[in-house]
Amino acid sequence: MSQLPLSNDISIVLGGEAGQGIQTIEQLLTKILKLNNFYVFATKEYMSRVRGGSNTTSIRVGSHPLQAPIERVDLLIPLDKEVLPRLQHRITSQTIVAGDMEALETNLKIFDIPLKKLSKELGSEIYSNTIALGLILSLLKTDGQIMEKYLGKYFGAKGEKLVELNIKAAHLGFKHGRELLENGTVRFPELSISDIQNDIMINGSEAIAMGAIAGGCRCIASYPMSPGTGVITFMAKVEHDFELIVEQAEDEIAAINMAIGAWYAGARAMVTTSGGGFALMAEGLSLAGMLEMPVVIHLAQRPGPGTGLPTRTEQGDLELALYAGHGEFPRIILAPGSLKDAFYITQKAFNLADKFQVPVIILTDQYFVDTYYNIPSFDLSQIKVESCIIEMDENYLRYQLTDNGISPRGIPGKGKGLVGVDSDEHDEAGHITENLELRVKMVDKRLKKLSLIKESAIAAKIYGPSDSRGFIISWGSTNRIVREAVKHLGKKDLTHIALQQVYPLPENLRHLLSSAKHTIVVENNATSQLGNLILRETGFQIDHKILKYNGLPFTVEELMHTISEKIS
Amino acid sequence: MNFDIENTDIAWCPGCGNFGILNVLKRALTELEINPQKLVLVSGIGQAAKTPHYLRTNFFNGLHGRALPPATMIKAVNPDLKVIITSGDGDMYGEGGNHFIHAIRRNPDVTAIVHNNMVYGLTKGQASPTSQVGFVTPIQVDGVFEEPFNPLAVAISLNASFVARTSIHNLDLSLNIFKQAIQHKGFALVDTFTPCISFNKINTRKWYEENTYVIDDGHDPTNRNSAFSKACESYPWPLGIIYKSPTKPSFEENLYIYQKNNKPAINREVQWDKLKALIESKSV
Repeated sequence: MSQLPLSNDISIVLGGEAGQGIQTIEQLLTKILKLNNFYVFATKEYMSRVRGGSNTTSIRVGSHPLQAPIERVDLLIPLDKEVLPRLQHRITSQTIVAGDMEALETNLKIFDIPLKKLSKELGSEIYSNTIALGLILSLLKTDGQIMEKYLGKYFGAKGEKLVELNIKAAHLGFKHGRELLENGTVRFPELSISDIQNDIMINGSEAIAMGAIAGGCRCIASYPMSPGTGVITFMAKVEHDFELIVEQAEDEIAAINMAIGAWYAGARAMVTTSGGGFALMAEGLSLAGMLEMPVVIHLAQRPGPGTGLPTRTEQGDLELALYAGHGEFPRIILAPGSLKDAFYITQKAFNLADKFQVPVIILTDQYFVDTYYNIPSFDLSQIKVESCIIEMDENYLRYQLTDNGISPRGIPGKGKGLVGVDSDEHDEAGHITENLELRVKMVDKRLKKLSLIKESAIAAKIYGPSDSRGFIISWGSTNRIVREAVKHLGKKDLTHIALQQVYPLPENLRHLLSSAKHTIVVENNATSQLGNLILRETGFQIDHKILKYNGLPFTVEELMHTISEKIS
Repeated sequence: MNFDIENTDIAWCPGCGNFGILNVLKRALTELEINPQKLVLVSGIGQAAKTPHYLRTNFFNGLHGRALPPATMIKAVNPDLKVIITSGDGDMYGEGGNHFIHAIRRNPDVTAIVHNNMVYGLTKGQASPTSQVGFVTPIQVDGVFEEPFNPLAVAISLNASFVARTSIHNLDLSLNIFKQAIQHKGFALVDTFTPCISFNKINTRKWYEENTYVIDDGHDPTNRNSAFSKACESYPWPLGIIYKSPTKPSFEENLYIYQKNNKPAINREVQWDKLKALIESKSV
């Protein structure tokens, strides 16, 4: 596959075993690069194990916003010998490989940096990673002062001695890098700096968790499952500051029932999980449908069926989210495409759940939650918690039949009324009923809400003219990758539709499709679940499908290639 | 306080022990002067789990086996509410067995009244986890051979904070135990023997009278070892407060959110300044 030419961003890949400290280099590197006022993007792929295996982190650094992974590798730092054979398909004659020749056992032409030997000279092998960090930072012509300052801050808690040795190690790497630059071995393009000092660097889990806090989420109950766990971990880290109730449930069944209980009593609550855990929540989802109880579910997808590939990515659970739960009831399924949107959409999810009294599912995936890049800080002035809880009078009826299907929601102890909810079919007071006329009224009432929900669906983002001949459609985490690919292709007659709400589908998608001639859908799954949904909902048959289901996200070059094929 | 509800079509068979439990529960709530507006009855599915429909108060009648998780969080987000679970042996010990174990470990300040009639009523007469060995049903055609579930022993092994058993044929004892359980801070389990007149012809009211005895004052409910041996007794089964773990903090008390401030979680607002600072801290 042809790769994007090296222009104004540089692609760095770090590879090594779990436990070798790649994550530490990644964290340090991305932060220091950002402090140098470069745009940074980082994504990782890793094996499902605590130690060993072979994992990589891909980092892009540049002078313009970067929000998608690419195939090209400009600089590869392998920390163990498994990395080179695994990345063979991405290494070209242009790729600079720098590492410890002795440890790598390779015939490839690499720039030998005796990391282990240099590290030992400092007293221990543990400094290898910091030496590699210094090397990368010098090859990118960054400021040594910024590096030093940040290392001081990062290792500060571990004592002065460690700070001093790490700074020494980084400078050793820095020196080696400078030699490679001076003798002309490495020539990367000059990156200009941008005004991004106030930008924030977060990953998908953090964007979702902060969005939840901004949405008034007071309680999260979950059972740990990759890749959904990052959200509850982040919320636990800040639970004292934000007065949250963070509970690790005994299973996903308990988790969703706890969240529903919290909403019943008047606290906004969520769960975070992956496909297998969500499958266990299906009965609880249906309960929320019957109780007309708001609940927010973060479903971070990974490849299935069964345990699948626990640490890999896929968009394979759209249909699960769509059809999970017995019986018929409305729901909302959101799929943020960027980290910025993940924050605002999650915030909004809580208001939507509260307003329509339905479950709201936020679909992300491993790629999305584990990916970092810098974005402008969030504007909190434009968001608020829109609570729909009412003060009850003594005649309050939880399921009062109303014109639009929404019954005002009271909570126990607020006002003079009583709140009864029941998973059986119920009357307006929430008591069990077998009155079949009332049954029909209650079904109609619940389903009626869907038309209101449709009206407030989050519009698809449209990049390009609305009268293009060709439309390329994507959803969720794939959006930014398609966006960059389409941009590079520069075809005039190709408009990109990026969906961030997949159910119910937004009106602007329906509208655009009504005049579309040529359509392509891009999905990180094997069966084109969005394509199927569009067909079901609109009757529109998508012409071409670009699907990927090997557990990895798309890359920009890969999409440029396949999209070109489909439109030629 | 009036918990009576008018014009209710009660789904229980005439003569069902559940009527006794309902009446004793209403009396206990009235005598304790519990405000119906500040009370939530939580249940799962089954005949016992219909109890909340027959009292005038707030209720959450959820899924089969899933009464404890919502009950735990209702209490956690608003500790001003009194939370009582009414459940059956199938709901609590069968379908909800995992939640039973972990709710005891968490120790939320809720009361679980389990109507234990040793049979499945609503699904028409199959064995329950507490059915005795030899009990013949349409499914267990050769009789139950599994070891009956012993909720009291399980609860005591988990150092539950209040473990009691009563039998509804003894109304005074039941009232006394219900009241103590409701007042107890922490998870209170009241396993309540009750006859199922339609599907259990073995464990009848007479059988309960003949096969139970009220433990005397000599039993020290704070002694876990003697409580455990009491819980393991059968033929006859002991009735009374079997175990109390006096100093155990409740789930809510353990939550950081209530350690300095007892304002219910439901009344707290987003701290926008802190959120702004958190977001901005991500700029490096």
